[in-house]
Amino acid sequence: MQLDVHRYAHESCVVLAVLGELDLAGAPRLRQSVVSETATGIRHLVLDLTAVDFIDSTGLGVVVGALRRLRAHGAELSVVCPEQRIRRVFEMCDLDRVFTLHGTVDDAVSASGSV
Amino acid sequence: MGSVEIAVPPVAEYLQMVRAIVGAAAALDDRLQAGRVADVRLVVSEAVTNALRAQAVAHVADPILVRCDLGGDRIVVEVADHGPGFDPSAVPDLPEVETPERLRHESGLGVSLMHQLADSAVLDSGPDGTVVKLTFVVGNA
Repeated sequence: MQLDVHRYAHESCVVLAVLGELDLAGAPRLRQSVVSETATGIRHLVLDLTAVDFIDSTGLGVVVGALRRLRAHGAELSVVCPEQRIRRVFEMCDLDRVFTLHGTVDDAVSASGSV
Repeated sequence: MGSVEIAVPPVAEYLQMVRAIVGAAAALDDRLQAGRVADVRLVVSEAVTNALRAQAVAHVADPILVRCDLGGDRIVVEVADHGPGFDPSAVPDLPEVETPERLRHESGLGVSLMHQLADSAVLDSGPDGTVVKLTFVVGNA
């Protein structure tokens, strides 16, 4: 398994915890999970990238697409990304200016406007 | 001097294997600065991803050729596909990162990352395919 996505509820949001390598092979799995959550009318989704071992621009594209989809439904996206090697890829693409990268799921939830 | 060559089936699931092989080969050169192996892995992923996409568009089933030259004063990785080719100078810039329009673009960062992270990234593209040559200087150069 190159990429796995675990879903769980946490306080008022839903967390998608991503495990593995987020690239062209793994992207459809995460994109489909985000689309499914958006369709349920969710208000706040947390993408937890703590257990992501690798991300490239295709993986970043899924995160960008998730933000677009959630905003289109009036919902909020938070990204948890404590690992410097993954944060660095966001930074190289200037996407740290689009996303606040939280250290933990609890940080992301407490920083949210919906709780 | 030596090299590692891989003929990769044009299937996304092989990306992880290519990164592992090329990354492991680069890591054997202890002159490569700390952190550069991660750069090699990322840039190779971008190049092979573009190759996979190009061949998918044209329904080309040929393997993608990845060659990694080692042991000199630089590590050179070449990725060759048989896609329809493109004009690298015609790739449009993405909208400003803080604008809503930016969110409409889920791709388009790969070539930029290659230029940022490799010491040299040369794209040679024509109707028979594209060759990307990525160079990483090792040692005290």
